[in-house]
Amino acid sequence: MNISTVEQGATSVVAVVGRVDSATAPELEGALKKLVDAEKHQIVLDLKDVEYMSSAGLRAMVSTLKSVKRVNGDLRLANPSPRVEEVLRLAGLTSIFSIYRSREEAVGSF
Amino acid sequence: MDRTLTVPGRYDRLEQICKFVAEGATEAGLSESESSHCQLAVDEACTNVIEHGYGGEDRGEIAVTCETSRGELIITIRDQARRFDPGDVPEPKLNADLDDMRIGGLGLYFMRQVMDAVEFSYDHDGNKLVLVKHKD
Repeated sequence: MNISTVEQGATSVVAVVGRVDSATAPELEGALKKLVDAEKHQIVLDLKDVEYMSSAGLRAMVSTLKSVKRVNGDLRLANPSPRVEEVLRLAGLTSIFSIYRSREEAVGSF
Repeated sequence: MDRTLTVPGRYDRLEQICKFVAEGATEAGLSESESSHCQLAVDEACTNVIEHGYGGEDRGEIAVTCETSRGELIITIRDQARRFDPGDVPEPKLNADLDDMRIGGLGLYFMRQVMDAVEFSYDHDGNKLVLVKHKD
């Protein structure tokens, strides 16, 4: 798994490539926590190139969402594949996260 | 046909396990979506074996067997961790407010959602989990 972060105005866009499972989710959670600790509370997670996600990935995302929401921020999702979207839906998270079809839409929503 | 993959209980083996299950799903003639379900269920099960059964990585092995017949994949996961009782796993709290949400137990919940059968047992060889997926 690879993670890259770019700043677009006041929004941090985190692009993830590869699998997010119990082996790699801690790295994702760490990258998101680093942003939150740096007071970057508007975050877009671009999931376009995430080929697979298990509950470990969901846990990392929910943990981050709780942290940013406490300071009036948000973690918004862009481009989940059908496979990732199904996992989000099974977990009841499609009503908890704001999900956008593109990175641009997600960034523009802030 | 039966094939078994035995790996050390480590999270970095999950990808290998998923590929093994995907091959079994293909052999059984399952769709891509059905294969994804099988991979997710096995990933979650093996994660639970490592995290909760063995209490960490590199403490035991996991054996995953795929039995294929036309239109059906039977996956058996074996470990020698302490006896697992699915009744001890709390239900996740989903569809709740964010602050009330509880993600623990999501792995077992996923298995039951996506597989056609989920059966836990324990014998002299340890824990045994059988997951079944039928082609729609």
